[in-house]
Amino acid sequence: MSFPLLTATAALPALGAVLTAAVPAARHTAAKWLALVFSLATLGLAALVAVRFDPGGARYQLTESHAWIADFGVRYELGVDGIGVALIALTALLIPFVILAGWHDADPDQQSNRRWRPTQGFFALILAVEAMVILSFEATDVFLFYILFEAMLIPMYFLIGGFGDRAHSGSDENAAAQRSYAAVKFLLYNLVGGLIMLAAVIGLYVVAGNFSLTEIAEARAAGDLTMATNTERWLFLGFFFAFAVKAPLWPLHTWLPNAMGEATAPVAVLITAVVDKVGTFAMLRFCLQLFPEASKWATPVIVVLALVSIIYGALLAVGQRDIKRLVAYASISHFGFIILGIFAMTSQGQSGATLYMVNHGISTAVLMLVAGFLITRRGSRLIADYGGVQKVAPILAGTFLIGGLATLSLPGLAPFVSEFLVLVGTFARYPAAGIVATVGIVLAALYVLVLYQRTMTGPVKPEVRSLPDLKARELAVVAPLIALLVLLGVFPKPLTEIVDPAVRHTMSDVQQQDPRPEVEAAK
Amino acid sequence: MENLIALLVAAPLLGAAVLLCGGRRLDRYGHLLGTVLAAASFVIGAVLFFDMLGRGAEERALYQTLFAWVPVEGFQANIAFQLDQLSMTFVLLISGVGTLIHVYSIGYMEHDERRRRFFGYLNLFLAAMLLLVLADNYLLLYFGWEGVGLASYLLIGFWQHKPSAATAAKKAFLVNRVGDIGLSIAIMLMFTTFGTFTFGPVFQELDGAGEGTLNAIALMLLLAACGKSAQVPLQSWLGDAMEGPTPVSALIHAATMVTAGVYLITRSGAIFNAAPDAQLVVVVVGAVTLLFGAIVGCAKDDIKKALAGSTMSQIGYMVLAAGLGPIGYVFAIMHLVTHGFFKAGLFLGAGSVMHAMNDEVDMRKYGGLRKYMPVTFVTFGLGYLAIIGFPGLSGFWSKDKIIEAAFAKGGAEGWILGAVTLLGAGITAYYMTRVMLMTFFGEKRWQPAPAADAATDVEPSADHHPGELPHPHESPKSMTVPMIVLAFGSVFAGALFSFNSSFVHWLEPVTRFEHGHPPVGAAVITTATVVVLLIGAGIAYAQYGRKPVPVTAPRGSLLTRAARRDLLQDDFNHVVLVRGGEHLTRSLVYLDHSLVDGVVNGTAASVGGLSGRLRKLQNGFARSYALSMFGGTAVLIAATLLMRGV
Repeated sequence: MSFPLLTATAALPALGAVLTAAVPAARHTAAKWLALVFSLATLGLAALVAVRFDPGGARYQLTESHAWIADFGVRYELGVDGIGVALIALTALLIPFVILAGWHDADPDQQSNRRWRPTQGFFALILAVEAMVILSFEATDVFLFYILFEAMLIPMYFLIGGFGDRAHSGSDENAAAQRSYAAVKFLLYNLVGGLIMLAAVIGLYVVAGNFSLTEIAEARAAGDLTMATNTERWLFLGFFFAFAVKAPLWPLHTWLPNAMGEATAPVAVLITAVVDKVGTFAMLRFCLQLFPEASKWATPVIVVLALVSIIYGALLAVGQRDIKRLVAYASISHFGFIILGIFAMTSQGQSGATLYMVNHGISTAVLMLVAGFLITRRGSRLIADYGGVQKVAPILAGTFLIGGLATLSLPGLAPFVSEFLVLVGTFARYPAAGIVATVGIVLAALYVLVLYQRTMTGPVKPEVRSLPDLKARELAVVAPLIALLVLLGVFPKPLTEIVDPAVRHTMSDVQQQDPRPEVEAAK
Repeated sequence: MENLIALLVAAPLLGAAVLLCGGRRLDRYGHLLGTVLAAASFVIGAVLFFDMLGRGAEERALYQTLFAWVPVEGFQANIAFQLDQLSMTFVLLISGVGTLIHVYSIGYMEHDERRRRFFGYLNLFLAAMLLLVLADNYLLLYFGWEGVGLASYLLIGFWQHKPSAATAAKKAFLVNRVGDIGLSIAIMLMFTTFGTFTFGPVFQELDGAGEGTLNAIALMLLLAACGKSAQVPLQSWLGDAMEGPTPVSALIHAATMVTAGVYLITRSGAIFNAAPDAQLVVVVVGAVTLLFGAIVGCAKDDIKKALAGSTMSQIGYMVLAAGLGPIGYVFAIMHLVTHGFFKAGLFLGAGSVMHAMNDEVDMRKYGGLRKYMPVTFVTFGLGYLAIIGFPGLSGFWSKDKIIEAAFAKGGAEGWILGAVTLLGAGITAYYMTRVMLMTFFGEKRWQPAPAADAATDVEPSADHHPGELPHPHESPKSMTVPMIVLAFGSVFAGALFSFNSSFVHWLEPVTRFEHGHPPVGAAVITTATVVVLLIGAGIAYAQYGRKPVPVTAPRGSLLTRAARRDLLQDDFNHVVLVRGGEHLTRSLVYLDHSLVDGVVNGTAASVGGLSGRLRKLQNGFARSYALSMFGGTAVLIAATLLMRGV
């Protein structure tokens, strides 16, 4: 038996979480370093997964399969395709930066109880989330995926509710109440989604007799397993609802601004750049593969909802007064693009959507983490409390601008490539939808540049006059991410190479072909 | 030889990267490094140019493919360059004028503590602009297109501590983004029609596409061109862009970037030729902008804004010419190049005047400067004669050809367009004579410099002495030499291009050329042009030369007042877009909180049987999870039973 690389990639951060949690209370700095080392080692394993993955090879690679709950046919079954590899790489890449950015976010108070270990808890929870997210990208057993999909809510709940943003306009109690509200809202939305999915998972078992994604998909393709049209549609909706809550799709999005606003910036990045990607990833992997006919049936409605998300999210971002909530609404707009790309059912749309997941993760991380550094310095999340920051902290302002330019999809930075692919892929199938989505690029420029103008330019506000520029640790967080944005913006080939074959498989699952160019079709 | 093409872009790109990431230790040499790399780009361009001259007219294009940029199933975009005569013309203009303006900026920005960064942005601009004109496909062109937009944004807002500069920068970017929608959709349409957006293959496959599709593509390209080239209805950003340092106005907002729209139309000539309806819209846009810009230029007292109105108007000429098809493309580009010389020269002259006058921009507070700034006066004067089309100078040759081509359009259209271009020539002579007289002639109307404005946190420059009358002086060599070089171009370039129709022969293999046949003789048109020019200049002399110029502007007619406010463009935008948009976003924010959130929460709460317990759930995680698990089990059993039944 070969080395279980996929299991190891998920087990390593899990082990790191346990060890970090076990560090004695007084040694909280050691806990940080331990977590960082484990996250870097996980990044190494993820890199190994990417290297070992052969783009020209089988659809699922590095597979592992063990009996788990034999009575119900539940297996511990893992395997990755190109889309999984890309998202595992993104997750493993972002976590060290999240840890580094949150280095002081959970330092214990001087007066507090010595036995309470916030630092250990904070970093252990981050690693726990990483482990579960990575395993969910690897799981090819529907039940295993479901368990992870639900279980990752628990550490996320504690990260949001237990470690809030210290910059808050209200009193401490008020802040705690809002934080608690945000955490519960996050949990409830996702639990309700998860429960509906659970019903669909059970339903799938009743119909198919097992939980194996590969087996069910093969049986469906071979015609050995047929589903009544209505059954397939109900099951599809059950899965899709859960993923649309997590992604999140309008109108199920309202938990995100609360959660991202109240959480610390690194945790907000964890939510939007990492955990939410499980939702869009699962749409591609489970909805399209298990229920191809129902997916096509639901496409018109989903395309419209995605368009609403794009425009609505962007307009709401324009109207925000809170920096972090602005980024949250921008993310809702971007998730609209991802979902649009998936359901456009073209190669360009789906490749673009996958790239978008990766690129949005990196660009939001830059914007949100720099916003976090700024907010920590000034102690306020309100845009109106800033002004002229570029004069006193030019590097901070510069990196913030680059994060913003990536968010508005400037060519040369990674998000442009994915956004344009989504637009082109959508336009090829639904020209009107493509044109409406294109309006999003103007709105993105509006909310990014207004945010930059109000916070960074103009006369220096007295309260920001003494803000220090980025420190070495903070620069170490953003500089590599910015370098990656440029690299993937100019040379995205390494990523498209591994994603493309997976998209081809998905396209054949849903039995779709790209529309042919007009001049070719005419011949 | 083709391997040199990438270096054209790489040299300034390297400069931008080093200067912007290099930190303070580069402050002492940064400007020199930036200038040397801009010059390097020009030298490489010159080498390629002479190499190109050595080959036959049809074998001059060079191609270089670096690597696959976005290789996705069914979608190919390469980082690949195409250097033909059209690109070559732009390469020399961009890197040539660019280098001169780098040199000028060494002196102009001497006292600015962020001079290194300024040169980094200038280098970034050159790299993006060269990428724009060298790309062999529309997606890569789009890369350069937005790149110059970014550089323009950074440079307009270079003095970010001024709220007006920051606002102007944002406005420029946003208006351009509206145009970019056009470019995006055009590329998407090409992709769905031809399966590619590389120049060569698209132009070859045009026959297979319907005229409706081609019209749509052409109109979308025009929308993009309107944004970048400040043509009506996307013109409103250019006047505000004058908030940027003057070398920026000269390079980006006069000589090069704003002409990118003309490049786009000319480059896509094959598409426009097959889309006559779209071509008609192009000439209309050009004609309207030509008059719009000229009228605005007449009313402005700010020297840079007057010149900005003039730039809009002159680009209107170019767009109009490009809309005429093969009888106009060559002259559009020829006017673009000569305009690059004289308008850059005029802006540098304006910068030199401002430098001498405590950064004052109001021409009503100038006057009599010719004695104090002889070099600036002579070079500016030559630029002035060139732009109004004084016989023999550059602008005369290129503008006259456009007027002829407009008449040659034929029919009533030809007469209308010809009349508009003639009228434009008269107004040009009027507003430029006005600028010339108010600045260099007449009485001194100098005012003491205003005190440094503490509220805006502007640090006074070394030349800025609050409360004192200005002491005008000639600018340093680094500033006057570029002005002299550009003045040479303003005087001789037109004649050189027209000698033996050399410019026509040069561009013909790329843009194609047909002789236009105006309904009246060329000599008649030329005479009419000169007469109109004299009338325009004469009226200006009567108003501003014979009579003293008041320091505060008179109230003026309704048209004058409207023109001062840029023909109410911003008032319109403010009422329709800004106010409307604010109301929309505010109500959406409210609705998102009260309606969407409320409905979804309410539905979830009642469906889950959790109504009324939401608040209690906040008390503890354990309780909520237990309750949810209970609910989940119920759903689970129900689902199992239901599925059995199916």
